[in-house]
Amino acid sequence: MGLLSSSVSITRYKVNGEISGNLISTITEGLQKYSITDIDHEPVEKTSGWTSFENPYMPNFEKTSCIIGTYFVFSLRIDKKNIPAKIIKKFYITEMTKKLAESEREHLSRNEKKTIKDNIINFLSLRIPAAPNIYDILWNYENHSLWFFSNQKAANEELETLFSKSFKLKLIRLFPYTMADLSKQLRDKDRDRLTTISPTKFMD
Amino acid sequence: MLDISILYNRYKFLGNEFLTWLWFMIDTDKKYILSLQKDMLSFEINNRIVLENSLDNIIENITIKGDDAGLEEAKLSLQKGGVVTECNFSLKAAEYEWKFNIKGESLNISSLKTPETAKIEKKEDVDGIVLEKYYLYEKIITLVESLYDHFIQIRITNKWDKEAVPMIKNWIQS
Repeated sequence: MGLLSSSVSITRYKVNGEISGNLISTITEGLQKYSITDIDHEPVEKTSGWTSFENPYMPNFEKTSCIIGTYFVFSLRIDKKNIPAKIIKKFYITEMTKKLAESEREHLSRNEKKTIKDNIINFLSLRIPAAPNIYDILWNYENHSLWFFSNQKAANEELETLFSKSFKLKLIRLFPYTMADLSKQLRDKDRDRLTTISPTKFMD
Repeated sequence: MLDISILYNRYKFLGNEFLTWLWFMIDTDKKYILSLQKDMLSFEINNRIVLENSLDNIIENITIKGDDAGLEEAKLSLQKGGVVTECNFSLKAAEYEWKFNIKGESLNISSLKTPETAKIEKKEDVDGIVLEKYYLYEKIITLVESLYDHFIQIRITNKWDKEAVPMIKNWIQS
């Protein structure tokens, strides 16, 4: 779901830590180093990496700026080859039947079956293009805040891992506890109370 | 600090209580909500509310949706001990309207629809429209954060049990 869509979902993060050295070049280098690479002609089922907001299918952070106003705007792309289970089954049974006939046996070992399946997935991975999923990111560095335009658990987890690898900064997802713990309105004493509270019964 | 997924699950209830409190505030102290943003004209529950009621370890979910749906059944669920777990809100400021969903357990914002922005006709328009969208999203995010800040300040003090909960109980029964 994109930042410019008519309906968006946003997961909010606090960015913990500071970038030492030149901010723009450090971030651009991180984006470049972990930008997405094409797997269409590779025997790989899934990959993820950064991509450009304006040109998500051909990322080039050296030529395209990732800055809009005072914000860093870029995207996470997760490419996945969705090989239908029925196609895998068709190739698997055909190959297994052939192997049984060649070896004049009635059964194949577990290892042999696994090898056949892995080979089929590799073979099909080379023929099926990966479907790209693009999730936009808006990073307000000065405010230590980042908006990720998706609520999908898997996409959020991918973002958290890749962000930490790329920029050596930690993302803290904002949810009821972290929002309370990070609230500037609370004193240390209040934060201690947070650890002891339990659900309220509004009706007896 | 405990593991983040443990904290997420342990404190889900805070988000659900926040949404329940927010409905109470909309019904009883809208003036306070409107005071949070200068140009805000209205803040209402829109066309969807989800409640969860766990009685005798059986979890019952009630969804009320539709533009003309009343909240009587939702109130009935509160009377049986339910809490709000998800809600769609509408905010009006000047001649503009925002609609969005908040899920209690995560406080994530979803289905956020802002007033329309200009259309992108050429590449040079993108930056301006992104900044306009930022401003439109920020309005909702700032409001939700201010409301939650206010809620949490009450929630972790004696004020919650002594003042807020009895008032919420009265409102539920009204």
